[in-house]
Amino acid sequence: MHGRPRRPDKPEDAAAADAKAAKLRDLQTQVLRNHHSRTYSKEALGLSFKLLELNPEAYTAWNYRKLAFQHNLGELSELEAIKSSIDDELRVVELALRQNPKSYGAWYHRKWLLNQKLAPVDFKREFGLLDKLLKVDARNFHGWNYRRFLAKFMGVPEEEELKYTKDKISDNFSNYSAWHNRSILLSNLLTQQRKGFESKQKIFSEEFELVTQALFTDPSDQSGWFYHLWLLAQTSSPENPQLIASWPSNGAKLSLSSVREANDKQNTPSSFSSICCYSLKEGILPIVLFFNEPVKGLTPSSVSLNSDLVVGKNIQWRPLSVTDSGHSYCWVTYLEVSNLEYCSSQQFSVEASIPNTDDIVSRSGSSYNCPVHFTFTFEPNNIDSITEDTDLIHDPISWDCSEPLPSHVKPSCIHSDQLKITNALIQEESKWHLERLSDELDLFRELPDDNSKFAKLTLARLLLACAAIKSRGSSLIERRGYCEEALGLFNDLIYLDPSHKRYYEDERSLVLMDQLTCNMESFMKYCSVQVLPNLAPLNHVQLCRLSLTCIGFVERLLWVQMLDLSHNNLRSIEGLEALQHLVCLNVSNNQISSFTALKPLTEILSLKVLDLSFNEIGTHPINTTRYICPTPFSHKVEACEAFEECQKKNINVEEFWDAILFFKHVNLVQLGFEGNAIANKENFRTLVVTLNPSIKWLDGACVH
Amino acid sequence: MADEPGGGGCSLQDYPTIDPTSFDVVLCGTGLPESVLAAACAAAGKTVLHVDPNPFYGSLFSSLPLPSLPSFLSSSSGSVPSPSSSATTLSTTSYAVVDLHRRSLYSEVETSGTVPELSRRITVDLVGPRVLYCADEGVDLLLRSGGSHHVEFKSVEGGTLLYWEGGLYPVPDSRQAIFKDTTLQLKEKNLLFRFFKLVQTHIAASSAGAEVGEGEASGKLPEEDLDLPFIEFLKKQHLSPKMRAVVLYAIAMADYGQDGAHSCEKLLTTREGIKTIALYSSSIGRFANAEGAFIYPMYGHGELPQAFCRCAAVKGALYVLRMPATALLVDEGKKRYVGTRLASGQDILCQQLILDPSYEIPSLDMPCNAPVSNSPRKVARGICIISSSVKQDSLNVLVVFPPKSLEEEQVAAVRVLQLSSNLAVCPPGMFMVYLSTPCADAFTGKKYINKAIEILFTTKASDDPEGHLEITSENNKEVKPTLIWSCVYVQEITEGTTTLSCPMPDENLDYRSILESTKKLFAEICPNDEFLPRNSAPKYADDDSDSAE
Repeated sequence: MHGRPRRPDKPEDAAAADAKAAKLRDLQTQVLRNHHSRTYSKEALGLSFKLLELNPEAYTAWNYRKLAFQHNLGELSELEAIKSSIDDELRVVELALRQNPKSYGAWYHRKWLLNQKLAPVDFKREFGLLDKLLKVDARNFHGWNYRRFLAKFMGVPEEEELKYTKDKISDNFSNYSAWHNRSILLSNLLTQQRKGFESKQKIFSEEFELVTQALFTDPSDQSGWFYHLWLLAQTSSPENPQLIASWPSNGAKLSLSSVREANDKQNTPSSFSSICCYSLKEGILPIVLFFNEPVKGLTPSSVSLNSDLVVGKNIQWRPLSVTDSGHSYCWVTYLEVSNLEYCSSQQFSVEASIPNTDDIVSRSGSSYNCPVHFTFTFEPNNIDSITEDTDLIHDPISWDCSEPLPSHVKPSCIHSDQLKITNALIQEESKWHLERLSDELDLFRELPDDNSKFAKLTLARLLLACAAIKSRGSSLIERRGYCEEALGLFNDLIYLDPSHKRYYEDERSLVLMDQLTCNMESFMKYCSVQVLPNLAPLNHVQLCRLSLTCIGFVERLLWVQMLDLSHNNLRSIEGLEALQHLVCLNVSNNQISSFTALKPLTEILSLKVLDLSFNEIGTHPINTTRYICPTPFSHKVEACEAFEECQKKNINVEEFWDAILFFKHVNLVQLGFEGNAIANKENFRTLVVTLNPSIKWLDGACVH
Repeated sequence: MADEPGGGGCSLQDYPTIDPTSFDVVLCGTGLPESVLAAACAAAGKTVLHVDPNPFYGSLFSSLPLPSLPSFLSSSSGSVPSPSSSATTLSTTSYAVVDLHRRSLYSEVETSGTVPELSRRITVDLVGPRVLYCADEGVDLLLRSGGSHHVEFKSVEGGTLLYWEGGLYPVPDSRQAIFKDTTLQLKEKNLLFRFFKLVQTHIAASSAGAEVGEGEASGKLPEEDLDLPFIEFLKKQHLSPKMRAVVLYAIAMADYGQDGAHSCEKLLTTREGIKTIALYSSSIGRFANAEGAFIYPMYGHGELPQAFCRCAAVKGALYVLRMPATALLVDEGKKRYVGTRLASGQDILCQQLILDPSYEIPSLDMPCNAPVSNSPRKVARGICIISSSVKQDSLNVLVVFPPKSLEEEQVAAVRVLQLSSNLAVCPPGMFMVYLSTPCADAFTGKKYINKAIEILFTTKASDDPEGHLEITSENNKEVKPTLIWSCVYVQEITEGTTTLSCPMPDENLDYRSILESTKKLFAEICPNDEFLPRNSAPKYADDDSDSAE
């Protein structure tokens, strides 16, 4: 059934296939004719049976039989007659399954029949059929689906089904279907707290034990590893969603201009008490909430905002980076502060709190139970000076990453708390989780090194899970050890398993980012305050030449205003959308291949300076970003004005559709795009200038 | 079924006269090799006369009712009752008559315990412990000859247990068995399966043929590894001593200790070891209804020669039981055997004469094919009747005591086969157990057989508090089975000194080596014929009998 090579057809087979096709065509026409004329005679049914026996995929024939069955049922009154007509149908399905045990239509027909509930179901026969089928192919997922259907239909206790999966695994442990069913059954039993399933810890310890036997016996078989991955996920993550970061953070003071103050007191960094918030200029104050796992259900009622201002009215929480089914790690709302009537230098305070709430739920359905409360203040002062200064950035910003950062200049706003979020959020560190993971770690370190990629990957994942738990506590040194070992493993894997190189590179990037940002001391080496002429100082983070391929741990970067990611291998900048405070971004000398990959930037209202030079935009004729980015531009976007506008200027809309959508949604002052294939394309410059009228500097040259 | 063993006392008048008096092949004795030869020769179109001094089939390979065992073990010696020489012969032709003698292969017979009631329902094998691999030559011969229609098999479903450090461990012989094993450490599991996989890749690559290409890329093991002693190869694979014992003695079925460098000649090479593993693994799952690698014929091993005899008879061979051969007829001019004189006094002429190994081949002044080895090999055998199974919930089980497991000086493995009433060899409620170990002298051989018996069984009633055997796979200690009756004896193994003689039951667990010698004999008799070709089987309506029950 599995792993058998296909043999090329022999010439005589071709002739037989032709004959079969002719016969099928003939039967199909006859059945369709009967279908249209609603002929449900015995003869007509016989024809449909012949067709289905030859080709169980003829879906229309199944539907025809359903109609016929219902039609003929009307004429039957005796239970026996009904029973025998059901039996006939069941037999047709069985014969069809003999021809193709993976026929969707046949399986559905059988379910449909049982669901009619016209006669008592002979479960013995049904389970007998299944046993036979799963003996032929233990991994036939249709069979397993039908088994789940039957078990539910008949009310078989899930404990029994669990035992069945164990039996199947004992027969052959490379049965992914059995492992999979096991994970589902266990989840259900644990949620329902059934007898014998009260202790998640006990059950999972046993499951780890079971799957480890399989993994050590044959590490090259992947079904067990999948199950192990599931167990690991159940063990390493907290059960309920948690808020892990916010912007503004607790106690933050925001203002629009702190230019003077900053210049005055440059030598005493502690006096940078307030943070310049550029978006205040637009009259908008974004509030960002970042969770440890994707959640949904943020509403004005589940997240309460109190302020001296009346803000509660138009609060709309919006997910940034949407995952499936509307869940998101990161949620934002924009406070309107433009039309405030305020007197100068007045401070407004905002108080945000999330109580225990069933509204906010994770993908697994567990609700938020970790109440959090934070306040911050802002002063929309000096509004007059700003209105004079409509464009904050006059001169092209130079990104000199070769120059070491002035170490004495510390970003004003970062407190170590901000990186970790308040201590109140740290749930009691689960001792069991850590013990379990350490046991598994010890075990897999023992697995003789036969360069099994699964073993290495699992080890790396275990290390990271341990590191994650440690970061919730305070053992940072141990944590560093875990991370470094994991990095080594990912480096090995990149060579060992080149076909999944990119995945490992992404994982490695995440570990690297984690390591760099996890504690203040190491992170500070990459942080500075950039003081630009005529500009408020910007919190600057420089992560260059690190071979990053993707961005992670953005919750630790929410305060960043100027971010230099140049000279990496970034293919995606997914995650940056959470940096609602970002003004300048340098992603030059990376591997970004299309504007589709830059979609997250369109969510950042304050972004003014963007350096895209020396990427691969326009190099690849086929845009694959769509498949690797969770939130690319979609083709569904309705033709907007921008398209029309471009068409007027003879810009090829089909070629530049993603560029048009991108520049339509950003409001840049500076853009660098030299060194991209697209830069040489006709009309591209026109496009940028047309859609982005505020642009002043293009590739270092003044536009106006 | 063997009903009247040892009954050779027929008077002359009782012997039938055989017509014709000349055959292509005459075989005396109906042991397995003779019976296979008879079937093969008959299938090759030869005229065959097959006689046996006993009133039952099987000779040294037969299964006897328990009451007949003692007399068989003691009485098959002595000279054949010789009728008055040439009384009925027309000695017109010029050939000499050399009297034949039979020798006893068995010695040191020692029985203890009380023979249980219903002892006639107990059948004992003379060749035990013995099984067939589902995929071995014996099974193929049965299928090819059609003999499979006359025998039914059941599997040794309880698998193999290895005696190690005072306990019995189930032998993990497959991927699933390794997975399910509860006694192995994770690392051991990993290494053991890795070894199996290595071997399997090699086997697959070797059987795929040479066109795939040689060298390591094809998955084949390098030649220098194949020439290595198997034990060294296993060490190279980092297998622990216990795992090595599993592979060497419970899967590759090595007879002698492989650890000592002194016993070089008995060292298995990797090539040989892998050959057996290949057979073992292809045996598992060959028949859908056979669990494990081994099967055992219902009613005992005596059924096998009978099955081949029937095939021979179907192809025209003539059978006469209760007919000893008393003398050889030698063509003095040519210095070769030309026939045999039967107990009836009748002289039968033949092209080829085959005698079962209990006949002493008189050494004539003619060239011997092989030098007679001065010290014959010996095998100590034990037959026990016990009250319950050595492994809970299993009926038929193999147990291996690897060398040095009984005591430091033990050089050869002791193999034990437990059979249940589902094989119709004993009434329900008891089990038959066969033990054997190759030995240099009777004393040590019997010593180890008795030691193994002591370890496995208790002679007292089962409520004896000390009668516990640690089965480590289970948490609870199990009660040792009680020994009801036992018989320990020593059998001599001399190898065919001339082309006249067939091989004896050997010290092996299977028939491979015996059938190999038989095949060679056939090649000498019929150099131009195929050995039991596939189409030699009589046609039956359905041929699904190749599955063991």
